[in-house]
Amino acid sequence: MIELISDSRCTGCDICVKICPTNVFDPGDGEAPTIARQQDCQTCFMCEAYCPADALYVAPESSHSVPVDEHELSAAGRLGEYRVLLGWGPGRTSNSERDTAHLLRTLPGPFRR
Amino acid sequence: MSLELSCDVLVLGGGPAACWAAWSAASAGARVIVADKGYLGASGSAAASGNGVLAVPPDERAAVIAQRSDVGRGLVDTLWLERMLETTWRSLPLIEEWGYAFPKQDGKPVRNSYYGPEYLRVLRKRLLRSGVQILDQSPALELLVSEDGAVAGARGLRRQAHTYYEVRAGAVVLATGGCAFLSKALGSNVNTGDAFLMAVEAGAELSGMEFSSQYGISSALNATATRGVPYAWATFYDAQGHSLGGFMENRREDWFLPKALLQGPVYAKLDRATAEVRAVIEKSHFIAFLPLRKAGIDPYTQLFPVTLVLEGTVRGAGGVRIVTDDCGATIPGLYAAGDAATRELIAGAATGGGGPNAAWAISSGQWAGAGAAKFARGLGPQANTRSVKPAGRVGLDGREHAAGCFDSDVIIGAVQAEMFPLEKNYYRNEPGLTRSLVQLDAAWSELQRQPNVENTREIERSRTAAFLTASARWAYRASLRRRETRSLNRRTDFPQTDPAQCHYQATGGLDEIWTRSEPVRSLQPTAATQAHARVHEAR
Repeated sequence: MIELISDSRCTGCDICVKICPTNVFDPGDGEAPTIARQQDCQTCFMCEAYCPADALYVAPESSHSVPVDEHELSAAGRLGEYRVLLGWGPGRTSNSERDTAHLLRTLPGPFRR
Repeated sequence: MSLELSCDVLVLGGGPAACWAAWSAASAGARVIVADKGYLGASGSAAASGNGVLAVPPDERAAVIAQRSDVGRGLVDTLWLERMLETTWRSLPLIEEWGYAFPKQDGKPVRNSYYGPEYLRVLRKRLLRSGVQILDQSPALELLVSEDGAVAGARGLRRQAHTYYEVRAGAVVLATGGCAFLSKALGSNVNTGDAFLMAVEAGAELSGMEFSSQYGISSALNATATRGVPYAWATFYDAQGHSLGGFMENRREDWFLPKALLQGPVYAKLDRATAEVRAVIEKSHFIAFLPLRKAGIDPYTQLFPVTLVLEGTVRGAGGVRIVTDDCGATIPGLYAAGDAATRELIAGAATGGGGPNAAWAISSGQWAGAGAAKFARGLGPQANTRSVKPAGRVGLDGREHAAGCFDSDVIIGAVQAEMFPLEKNYYRNEPGLTRSLVQLDAAWSELQRQPNVENTREIERSRTAAFLTASARWAYRASLRRRETRSLNRRTDFPQTDPAQCHYQATGGLDEIWTRSEPVRSLQPTAATQAHARVHEAR
């Protein structure tokens, strides 16, 4: 579930408010948005993908809240990780070109389509 | 103040099917509005992940049609499958034209899968360029119906403006996805069966609701990222550390994992993945690895618990019954596309996951959009001056109510308690279904009370409780009537497939649910399947 909006990174753009499929955030009036309805978070990571400031962290646990430490997450490269995977953000190009799904059927067993 | 708009075609939903429907209608010259529950681009099960697309070149189609027909256990309509393959094949280059970069092999693009977030980003951009008006964060609550029984718009909630909207339209396309009962299966919590209840309240029918028991494997700590492919290289273990073998190795019967999970916790390790395999699956199914990486688990060397998460009809097959080539429902002015529509026509009784559903979204979206545009045009300029009534009955404010208020969370919990457990939904039988239906009917009675309308979230949640309860009741009534096992309808009391029950089941009704058999229509072989038959005979 969504666990962190980093005050130091957040620019107050409210993109996460706008794009969250389950309407978890409330706008922060120029400040960081608030996680207003954490229980509605479905752990889809889309807010991480859309955050231009790499300010959000969605923990993998989908059924309960877990404590997180911003400095640890930041040091471990966890903030903005999904954007790196997608190739989204300034200076990056979409990684959709690196999709390997078509190679699955060429792999040596056990996978068979 | 509520927002009032009008257009030719209103599309409800915001995933691939909604996008293709809106684009198609706009291309036919219609004024189009799309209203999505979340944000068109980020919401739904496709945006949150990635999908294979059943993209088949012409010379391979006969074989694919034969294979899919076999998997669909007699309920695939070969004509529909054939036209879907053709439409999808012709449409995929458009996505590239609009800015999506497919991978290349030998210098040529390979267009048979997509990264969800990027695909939907490109589709949104394309819609805005086509002049389509998008209402984000605007879940539809109910359809509007004209005096002559045609669907003429919808009413919904602008949940961030804390007000309602009403869109008058010549025709409506339902593309709100299937129903996964708020299981959190990747991105699917917006897919709560909204189209099913909205359609039935307006007078339409459903089909194939018994094929609603699809589950997907995920790590248990995350219980969200339901992507099965990496697990093909897993070894499974029980709590005592005894190997349960691999998913493959003649053990990949569908029931291997559910059976093991009913006996206790199951753990997995992707220890059969070689370096070559890892390099591929980490890029094709990155979303399955992301939660594990975040949790600090190395899935190749460490055991982690796994579970099955209900995907319901999202990757099942049931939905709004369509009776015309342009995906028209059984009432005028209403069309259905993507997972909101029945996918029996192209997937039969089996899951449409792994390619067919993504192709169906592209094709059915375009057919529904074009059909809706044509219907709206036929109505002429007076289309949006028709006198209309809201069709919604249950879980909405301002209707006739029994005394007292209902608690949405209690009802949703009660529905999930009947739909999530493997022993109730994966394995079905008459006593179990009957017991579940007693609970679900009780939830339906409870929904006749006043909803909580304290704020926008509660208004939406109340209606969602009704969407989920209705979907569950249709699913289990339809399953009860299908006294056989046919792919996703697994009946422990009728383990065999009965040739006499090789038909569709239409269903509908609100307080009283009905079911009816419908024949599989176009089984006459087409040119492609005839060619395939000749190949077979020659062998």
